[in-house]
Amino acid sequence: MLSEKEVAHIAKLANLPLSREELLTFSSQLAEVLNYIEVLNEVNTDEITPTFQVTGVKNVMRDDKSPQIEKTLKVENALRNASATDGKYFVVPSVFDEGR
Amino acid sequence: MKENLYDLTIKEIREGLYSKFSVTELAASCLERIEKTDKALHAFLTVDREGIINEAKEKDKELLKLKGDIFKKYPLFGVPMALKDLFTTKDLRTTAGSKIIENYNPPYGATVVGKLKAAGALIIGKTNEDAWGHGSSGENSDYFPTKNPYDLERVPGGSSSGSAAAVASGQCLAAAGTDTGSSVRLPAAFCNLVGIKPTYGRVSRYGIIAMASSFDTIGHLTRTVYDNALILSVTAGKDPLDATSVDKNVPDYTENLMQSLKGKKIGVVKEYLVEGVDKGVVEITNRAIETLKNLGASVSEISLPHTKYAMACYYILVPSEVSSNLAKFDGIRFGKERAAFGAEAKRRIMLGTYTLSSGYYNAYYLKAAKVRTLIKDDFDSAFLKVDLILAPSSPTPPFKIGEKSGSPLQMYLSDAFVCPINIAGLPAVNVPAGFIGELPVGIQLIGPQFSEEQLYQAAYAFETETEFYKRRSSVI
Repeated sequence: MLSEKEVAHIAKLANLPLSREELLTFSSQLAEVLNYIEVLNEVNTDEITPTFQVTGVKNVMRDDKSPQIEKTLKVENALRNASATDGKYFVVPSVFDEGR
Repeated sequence: MKENLYDLTIKEIREGLYSKFSVTELAASCLERIEKTDKALHAFLTVDREGIINEAKEKDKELLKLKGDIFKKYPLFGVPMALKDLFTTKDLRTTAGSKIIENYNPPYGATVVGKLKAAGALIIGKTNEDAWGHGSSGENSDYFPTKNPYDLERVPGGSSSGSAAAVASGQCLAAAGTDTGSSVRLPAAFCNLVGIKPTYGRVSRYGIIAMASSFDTIGHLTRTVYDNALILSVTAGKDPLDATSVDKNVPDYTENLMQSLKGKKIGVVKEYLVEGVDKGVVEITNRAIETLKNLGASVSEISLPHTKYAMACYYILVPSEVSSNLAKFDGIRFGKERAAFGAEAKRRIMLGTYTLSSGYYNAYYLKAAKVRTLIKDDFDSAFLKVDLILAPSSPTPPFKIGEKSGSPLQMYLSDAFVCPINIAGLPAVNVPAGFIGELPVGIQLIGPQFSEEQLYQAAYAFETETEFYKRRSSVI
């Protein structure tokens, strides 16, 4: 059902590095689930509006004011779980240099 | 007074605190119980020993000064509670049951945690769970599986596995959990507890690590209905930090518990009475129906015609939302790199990425969202005929560790009775309904949105009549 190539593609979209073994295992497991899901094709949904929000809540707004200072994180707290920082910023992998 | 303080219910705490025992003694009793039982149970990932002892001492000092009805001001004063490790706790390690954020030290806390603390509760620790909430048995924890206190070779249910095991074994008096497709009600059923899944939007999700944002609800597990209702009165309510929380009045859910069931119309779902449900579960469910009839309710059969599509609908929508929510774990701002995700998380991320991807979105996600409307409409129609729906919480009693982990699909199907409720955003409560040998079996009562008061009333009547909550484990 799902080719290894397709699974590898999905893994790339999801930014999930997979081992060769995982690729094979997931191919069959995902195929099983996707096969099961096909049952939805039995249902006629032509005139049905989708539900994305079950309680009908819409457009919840707040006043256009800055949040109180106490409610914002101090820089050192925001950074404290990061794998790499330079004291004030998160250090991220380079985006432009490695031609991907 | 019971022999061990950890055996008390929250209601009983109110009767004995200060006069018969201190908060420190109560906390110590729970800590001792954890010490004695957690090597076998594996309910906890983090126990905040120092934190709770210090808190307890502070509370005892406060007690001396507070006169009159302290419980009016602090309904959960001195109550040792555990939190599922999806709840972000400021300065207390939070892992979501995953290795990805194994050492995450949150710089802020969840709204609900703040509310519980403001009500006087003591946080004893963070409980084990299926990583990220992905599971119905506890076996998908990246750490170790929690055991069922009633039978150590069996699962306690999931994903709030540790929370259930902790309360059922007396390691704490109540524990918070989340329910996205089963995760409070199933462990409650497997561990002989009362577990509430509130209406979507009843309780703030702010600070609780998101699984599926249009399904997640914040619930809790206790031994009795009164205790459960008490806690919901504390946690429910609109939160400006959660735009999906609903601006509806929060009643005192304990106030009107003793309502007669006379005239209540209860529906039993035709499509749930199928092959594949364990005979013992069917028997217990039928006995529960008789009990409710004897209490004055009338029971009739109703139909939820789209039941057979619920699991497929769920397993498109939820992994889709999961793939989006787990995208934030980039290994940069917090946590390890994405290769460290466990197998089930990877599966769900992959499934969700596929169903949302260009070319497939219409066939999968949009289609499932339309089926969601049909499933919700089924319930809405049913509630025109009945006040409440009754169903088993699980098609089987607690199963053995390892029994279902071979096939992810098999595991998914154990949620057949519980996840349609999340699709529709309805409230439901599990209440202990009997035993098959040593193994607890629970039933769920399901109601229209924001009918938690009604649910608690029915659950209370049933509990008072049957008293199954009194039966503790004989093995631990």
